Amino acid sequence: MKLLTCPLNGSRNIAEFTYGGEYHATPDHISTSARDWAEHVFFHDNAAGMVTEWWCHTASSFWFLAERNTITDEVIRTFKADEIYTERIDFSAAKTESRS
Amino acid sequence: MPFGLLKYGLSSQYPAKHHFTPSKDLKKHYDVVIIGGGGHGAAIAYNLAKYHGITNVAILEKAYLGGGNTARNTAVIRSNYLTESGVKFYSESVKLYNNLSNEFNYNVMMENRGQLTLAHSDAAIRSFRWRAEVNQHMGVRSELVDRQTISELVPNLNMSEDSRYPILAGLWHADGATARHDAVAWGYAKGACDRGVELHQLTEVEDIEITSGRVTAVKTNRGKVECGCVVQAVAGASSIVAKKAGIPLPIHCYPLQAMVTQPYKPILTPHVSSPQVHVYVHQTSRGEFVIGGGSDPYPLYNTRATLDQRESLSAAAMELFPFLSQARLLRQWAGTTDMTPDYSPIMGLSPVENYYLDAGWGTWGFKATPICGVTMAELVATKKVPEIIRPFELERFYRFEQINEAGATAASH
Repeated sequence: MKLLTCPLNGSRNIAEFTYGGEYHATPDHISTSARDWAEHVFFHDNAAGMVTEWWCHTASSFWFLAERNTITDEVIRTFKADEIYTERIDFSAAKTESRS
Repeated sequence: MPFGLLKYGLSSQYPAKHHFTPSKDLKKHYDVVIIGGGGHGAAIAYNLAKYHGITNVAILEKAYLGGGNTARNTAVIRSNYLTESGVKFYSESVKLYNNLSNEFNYNVMMENRGQLTLAHSDAAIRSFRWRAEVNQHMGVRSELVDRQTISELVPNLNMSEDSRYPILAGLWHADGATARHDAVAWGYAKGACDRGVELHQLTEVEDIEITSGRVTAVKTNRGKVECGCVVQAVAGASSIVAKKAGIPLPIHCYPLQAMVTQPYKPILTPHVSSPQVHVYVHQTSRGEFVIGGGSDPYPLYNTRATLDQRESLSAAAMELFPFLSQARLLRQWAGTTDMTPDYSPIMGLSPVENYYLDAGWGTWGFKATPICGVTMAELVATKKVPEIIRPFELERFYRFEQINEAGATAASH
């Protein structure tokens, strides 16, 4: 059984988790072009080596990040999203935009 | 005739000639450099040499011919896809396959055994009816069959109504087939090398030189080669190679695992797959049962085999064919699949003017080998994208025009 350490629930069977895709910084929701959005949504680094990616502990719906080596299949570290997201993303400007 | 062998042994045809040119130094310049010596790369070179008279071609292969995912797939050939673009493309490939041994004068062991996909739910039956209608409209032999017909096609299938997922109906695809995957790569490479193409094994591309939007040379572990254009055919490493040319791709690489049992007498003719229990099974001409189709649940560049997959594939195979519980496994392995968001390949032009892509081959690459060779060679020779592959261009992702190919994988849909 392969284990993954959830920052909330501790070490669990990896079958309890869902892979959630590569971590990419969210593009600016006002100035980003449709082309760049397409790239953000569909395109991947798909790197061979160290990657940072999203995982979810399915049973508790807890989303977190992991650093993993895609060649050796080793998880180096898992951590909570607040390490990267230190403040709330403000979508209010986008709302004003869409109303006009 | 008892003396046939002796006669052959003494004739000038023996020993048989080497299939491929012996290794030699790389030339300074090639008109076409094909990165990747698998079935696709060899097929493109073959078509360039035979039908377009372009023979100053090098196939650069980092390991050995057909040793990557060409050797690791489960050799299923079929065209019962769902989208019009997909069915048109793969049915053309099946037609080419049927004539491939004659084309090469080399036996690729094509066997037209048919393919049966099983429905265990009403939803699956509805989607099979849809697929059958699309297929028939496009001239592909697909039909919805009932339990009685399934029992006749596959007498040893577990048709019990007490199983966890009883079989309700099936999608019968008479055009389904299998072939020897190594022979396909060898046949193409032999035909290409006979016409002057150079196959360079153990030659890894380390960097790609781009000057003002055009590729000018590739750097390899055996030196630098100038080139008129480059075709990338390295499924399983597409993102890594394309990155050297500065091209991002919408691909994630997942290992796909399969395994084979010890050989048995011939008892299973068609290829049988079940999206619900998530497995496909067929018996090779050597008698082994190939049990396939388990993707790892996260991306990885590693072809190790896991106990998880062995357990789930075995359980699923035994549900369909209970007699396999006595079988011993000979091998379990994985191949690296280029998974695209829409389960369709990425073929044709790239942002670099003379750099052509043949990527995103997920779990559908082997069956597309002949049509890929024809269309990619035409693209390289004429600089015009053939209509049949136009829907698969990389640019579709920027226009939000994906080809949602839900019929792409035998086990997952």
